[in-house]
Amino acid sequence: MTPSTGTGTSTTLSTTATDTLRFATAGSVDDGKSTLVGRLLHDSKSVLADQLEAVEHASRARGQQSTDLALLTDGLRAEREQGITIDVAYRYFATPRRRFILADTPGHEQYTRNMVTGASTAELTVILVDARNGVVEQTRRHAAIAALLRVPHVVLAVNKMDLAGYSEEVFAAITDEFARYAAKLGIAELTAIPVSALAGDNVVEPSAHMDWYGGPTVLDHLENVPTAGRPEGAPGRFPVQYVTRPQTPELPDYRGYAGQIASGSLYVGQPVSVLPSGRTSTIAGIDVLGRRADSAFAPQSVTVSLADDVDVARGDLIAPTADLPPMTREVTATVCHVADQPLVPGRRVLLKHGTRTVTAIVKDIPSRLTLDDLSQHAGPGRLTANDIGRVVVRTAEPVALDGYAASRRTGSFLLIDPADGTTLSAGMAD
Amino acid sequence: MTQAATRSTAQETPYALSHLDALESEAVHIFREVAGEFENPVILFSGGKDSIVMLHLALKAFAPAAVPFSLLHVDTGHNFPEVLEYRDRVVAAHGLRLHVASVQEYIDRGVLRERPDGTRNPLQTLPLTEKIQSERFDAVFGGGRRDEEKARAKERVFSLRDEFSQWDPRRQRPELWNLYNGRHAPGEHVRVFPLSNWTELDVWQYIAREGIDLPEIYFAHEREVFSRSGMWLTAGEWGGPKDTEPVQIRLVRYRTVGDMSCTGAVDSDATTLEAVITEIAASRLTERGATRADDKLSEAAMEDRKREGYF
Repeated sequence: MTPSTGTGTSTTLSTTATDTLRFATAGSVDDGKSTLVGRLLHDSKSVLADQLEAVEHASRARGQQSTDLALLTDGLRAEREQGITIDVAYRYFATPRRRFILADTPGHEQYTRNMVTGASTAELTVILVDARNGVVEQTRRHAAIAALLRVPHVVLAVNKMDLAGYSEEVFAAITDEFARYAAKLGIAELTAIPVSALAGDNVVEPSAHMDWYGGPTVLDHLENVPTAGRPEGAPGRFPVQYVTRPQTPELPDYRGYAGQIASGSLYVGQPVSVLPSGRTSTIAGIDVLGRRADSAFAPQSVTVSLADDVDVARGDLIAPTADLPPMTREVTATVCHVADQPLVPGRRVLLKHGTRTVTAIVKDIPSRLTLDDLSQHAGPGRLTANDIGRVVVRTAEPVALDGYAASRRTGSFLLIDPADGTTLSAGMAD
Repeated sequence: MTQAATRSTAQETPYALSHLDALESEAVHIFREVAGEFENPVILFSGGKDSIVMLHLALKAFAPAAVPFSLLHVDTGHNFPEVLEYRDRVVAAHGLRLHVASVQEYIDRGVLRERPDGTRNPLQTLPLTEKIQSERFDAVFGGGRRDEEKARAKERVFSLRDEFSQWDPRRQRPELWNLYNGRHAPGEHVRVFPLSNWTELDVWQYIAREGIDLPEIYFAHEREVFSRSGMWLTAGEWGGPKDTEPVQIRLVRYRTVGDMSCTGAVDSDATTLEAVITEIAASRLTERGATRADDKLSEAAMEDRKREGYF
């Protein structure tokens, strides 16, 4: 594709935008995802001269007629040689209104694992479809992953509209089919946008070819979608990372509990319990990286002190006594298996939840999910790489797990191979 | 579903952290995670702005207690004197322990050979990896950012290295939510990048907000320079300028600080942090593109050096 010089909004890197949207892109091979990402970066003036020059040079070296913006995004030698994307890449750009962190996930090998990774921290996912092909098997899988990972906002970008005659009927048919499917999956918030990444329609600049569409461009939508939920609705969760004990002559008895608030908020005077012991106290002080505060909220990193001298260590969870998570030694969850070695019942693993790692054993794998419609198939016997399935894990010690539906931060966990530390599975608790 | 969202402004809630607060909180979380899970972590400290920000974040993460890590400087022997001075001042001020891995010493011993082009950046890998082995560091903090370079865009926050310090992109673990997996076999170590999600501009804005002191060479000053490979290099012991490279006095500053032989200065009259930030925001070149000869070597230069154990 040839980068256009762009005539519309100038989006010079702003120094004033202070809020950030983390989003992910998903698309099958060849539906133009790299071009869309390249277009977003290029038209928002986020590609700097030397990067563009390197890409132009590389395109020429490959004998390509025009500048291939996909080369902006493929970083590894093997990717450039094979023209594929192997791994999640993170990209950064900004407009005067907002900063963006993009998890760019490949539509190629291992795409389930990579998409799950990208979606885990995303507040929005852009799913691309080719207007000529409509909703295909991969589209349904991308939607299912967004639903499973509970990404709050989903955008359906119907790409290559230029090859579909910019037809409103084509767009409406694809949108209707996808919306029906998304509703079945429980996707709450969906926006559909007709685009041509190659020609630049509705990516950054509004399209001159689609008067019938009155909605936002992709960038407009990314700039305006609400971020950061209000934490007062979520229960307070504070996994202790580290016990701060200066033991200096000035501070002989100081004990602070350092960590990042995983959900909700904490305030001075709040009655809290320490799990798993169940001992109670009240919050005596909150220090937000050098500033005393009466309260703090997720995702702030803080140091908390308690009114009583209770035993607290890394791996403990401090939570409001009035709103504690359930403690369990039997974790039922949906997992995405990300390792090459399979997961089988009887397998000994480590379960890492928040700051706590416990020994565990896989008791049962009752079903495997088909990503096409999230239907369950009983008795798979094992999960192999990129499988999504239901598991029951028994832990040696109780863990304080929320349901993933209530809290993405405190309802998620990893299964790890105790022998070599490999991450085996990414779990979302019931 | 919303077909046509009305143009509303992004909701400002009192519970939205500014981007700098969010990045700071995330980096602090990473430092504390390593403190909780590793025996012997070390921070790579070059005296450059990214490592200075890393150290500042580490100090905040553990205050009022001391930082539970030592520092490691890979000394190429071609460092800017202003930077070495700064390094020693910071180490003394915070009562930290400094390890130095010296490229010069390896050259003197005949283990490494000077390259014909005089650049020593690629020579840092061996002293670094051998120091990691001999001191048994199990976590090594680096100031690398994903926005710096294409191979780095694929880097994890916790990046596993084998006993030869090698980076195998296909062996990297998927990294989900904010659950970092630091488990490793004996002899292996983990490189940790707390500034993964920061951009050059974020780093500068944070330095300004926090009032962090930097080596003077980051600000515009008059300097004797000569032109090589399209960059302004500083004359010095390391082998410049040649007879064909006339020296001139120019008003310049450095966007990155590395080895004198391959770090270029840019023409600039920015003498304050604010002026630097304005200049960067308007720049049409990335910091490495403008100032690093070693990254221009080939399309995969950084990937190859990372595989060998470079930071």
